[in-house]
Amino acid sequence: MSYCRQEGKDRVIFVTKEDHEAPSNAELIADDPNDPYEDHGLILPSGEINWNCPCLGGMASGPCGEQFKSAFSCFHYSTEEVKGSDCVDKFRSMQECMQRYPELYPQEDESAPQGGDETPSTDPLAHIQDSDQGSASAPEAVLASEDMSSTDHSATS
Amino acid sequence: MLKCRALWQKLAPLARASSTLCRHNVKRKGLRCDNMVTVFPKAQMSSGAPGSGGDNLMYILFVGAACLGGGIYTYRSLSEDKKRYQNRLAEINSREQKFPKQPLVTQQTESTAESVQETSEGPKPALQSEPIAVTEQPPVPSVESSEHVPVAEVTTTVSAEPMSTSAAESAAAMEAPVDALPEIPAHAPYLLIGGGTASFAAARSIRARDPGARVLIVSDESDLPYMRPPLSKELWFSDDPNVTDTLRFKQWNGKERSIYFQPPSFYVSPQELPRVENGGVAVLTGKKVVHVDVRGNKVRLNDDSEISYDKCLVATGGTPRNLQVIERAGEEVQKRTTLFRKIEDFRSLEKISREVKSVTIIGGGFLGSELACAMGRRSNESSLEVIQIFPEKGNMGKVLPEYLSNWTTEKVTKEGVNVMTEAVVKNVSYQDGKVVIKLKDGRVVKTDHIVAAVGLEPNVELAKSAGLEVDSDFGGYRVNAELQARANIWVAGDAACFYDIRLGRRRVEHHDHAVVSGRLAGENMTGANKPYWHQSMFWSDLGPDVGYEAIGIVDSSLPTVGVFAKATAKDTPKAATEQSGTGIRSESETEAVASSEVTPVAAAPREPQQGEEYGKGVIFYLRDKVVVGIILWNVFNRMPIARKIIKDGEEHADLNEVAKLFNIHED
Repeated sequence: MSYCRQEGKDRVIFVTKEDHEAPSNAELIADDPNDPYEDHGLILPSGEINWNCPCLGGMASGPCGEQFKSAFSCFHYSTEEVKGSDCVDKFRSMQECMQRYPELYPQEDESAPQGGDETPSTDPLAHIQDSDQGSASAPEAVLASEDMSSTDHSATS
Repeated sequence: MLKCRALWQKLAPLARASSTLCRHNVKRKGLRCDNMVTVFPKAQMSSGAPGSGGDNLMYILFVGAACLGGGIYTYRSLSEDKKRYQNRLAEINSREQKFPKQPLVTQQTESTAESVQETSEGPKPALQSEPIAVTEQPPVPSVESSEHVPVAEVTTTVSAEPMSTSAAESAAAMEAPVDALPEIPAHAPYLLIGGGTASFAAARSIRARDPGARVLIVSDESDLPYMRPPLSKELWFSDDPNVTDTLRFKQWNGKERSIYFQPPSFYVSPQELPRVENGGVAVLTGKKVVHVDVRGNKVRLNDDSEISYDKCLVATGGTPRNLQVIERAGEEVQKRTTLFRKIEDFRSLEKISREVKSVTIIGGGFLGSELACAMGRRSNESSLEVIQIFPEKGNMGKVLPEYLSNWTTEKVTKEGVNVMTEAVVKNVSYQDGKVVIKLKDGRVVKTDHIVAAVGLEPNVELAKSAGLEVDSDFGGYRVNAELQARANIWVAGDAACFYDIRLGRRRVEHHDHAVVSGRLAGENMTGANKPYWHQSMFWSDLGPDVGYEAIGIVDSSLPTVGVFAKATAKDTPKAATEQSGTGIRSESETEAVASSEVTPVAAAPREPQQGEEYGKGVIFYLRDKVVVGIILWNVFNRMPIARKIIKDGEEHADLNEVAKLFNIHED
């Protein structure tokens, strides 16, 4: 049984679980997927990669940004059977760059608390070390929550 | 191009035919020269050759040769143009879609003599830069193609010259010694004034969108960019005795991070910025920009050095306000007053809180309440007395509706804080080793140290020199919906009074807004032209049991509708972070999917008892029946829904129905 109270200009409603069981009849406007204003996720409506996505954290903007973009683009557009297997060189050069900045891109075997940047960046490296093929799951591992803000980057719908 | 070719192809046989025809005719006529003379004596209007057939032949040959020569010239120049045009298109396309390993050479060789080639490696700031131009080039390709071009063309030889000279310059520049570079670069393509959250977000955005961008941040602080919220929250809860040095905080799940956005190795030095391959972000600390020359596109620092820019961001933030009574109170009181904003303030206050017996916080807003709770928790272990005084009726009185503000005040009191509401400071003095605060209603507070958390004054000192408009209602620089103040100048963060398309003109002083607006400014500085659209949110934790997230205009003077459910032990900030496995709530809010576990809550259908009423729920703030603000009270991971409702801007007849969308009874 919901219970309502008015305190001046403020209204307070208390609801039980049963009260809220029926689905809502509030109408929300459908989202336009081509809205130019809207923040898009990792992939833009045109199919390109949104390098400014908060999900990438600082990967595309750091000192190894160019190598990362090159490797990730290659993976994204790769049409091989094992996606990204033709991009090993680029991932390797990205890994080499990252090894020059251990503070920023901590290696997986470090058990000490991590520095200021993303931990998932270690995953693509681990995969490359394990196998000779470009890791198919590397880019997924890279997609991590934003490390600097509380913004909801994901498109709402 | 193609039309010209087609045209020429049509003309060529015609020309050939006509010249053949002429020659044949001449031959025939030449043989009968007598006839020619007698047959056409009076045809004065004809353009037949005067005089003899030999002259005629010469004339025909001459005209034919001239036509042929002209035709060859036109054909060659058209085909060269076409080739160059196609090359350029191919370069642009390949640059957009893929990022090839070899650095690209972009060339602007117009047929006019205006070609300018950017060599960003050389210390030649005078050359104009194109925002899109990627020019990490070894001089070799440019020399090759400059040979290509002046095959026969008159027009392009002019442009070939500056290219080869600039190629030579860049070759020379590569050998130039590093020491010759000034400590402060004379030119920065992207200049960001201010080294806070908005500036860093913009730097990141620019680097993501403009490959190889060179970004210079000028900060008057001595620290690299860092995030502010932990200074009044997480850092106080840390068990680490060295926390004031390391500035690292351990989160609920044990994951540690630093308040600095990036460690020092992320940045390049300002000295290296013009030369470093692939560009980077440099931070110039301890320098303040005192003058902006908008027409000349340059700024002057407090040490009289000048930096010119292409795009500039003003993200100067604000300075904490002080009470006039304290400013007039004399040096002894001022020595014992903290205006809390920066890392140094945190360090000094943390030390003081361990040394003194009593601390008083003036101000009942976000910062004041958070500091009160943080220090109140410490008072449980030490004998520190924490007092909080403010003129409103309850904590967050300007944000929360009255019933909720009262409830919050009780919680703050439970954290160990002596809260004095409806307290206006009349006079402050220093007597007998104690700071004495006299209130207007006669109460007296004796304390050792004061923390003033009474608001933020936006830093608009550059307005005069830069000719920037300052807003009289909200303070700060007035900018449009795209955060632009003037040509090539944007403003973001606390200092920006911007036009929000949905909610109207406003100025927001929250962390997430700094990130969102900084990122947007960075996008617009690289040509995006997007308005402020993604609504920023904010959050506050008052102890481990009370936390809320909010979005939009959350002003207690607006009518509100609150929908609440009874809270269980699972509905606390601590539980939310443990469940989502992240540290600060800021990280958990970016999870695309709401937390998955659903635990049934046994809710009894009875009237709520006193003291357990406002466990968790949703509060809607209305303006003309439209929801302009939402608070999620102890309800987490639902910000996308709230954002959507505000974005729609619809009038909803029954807000209880809207509240159903949030599933407040589930975790």
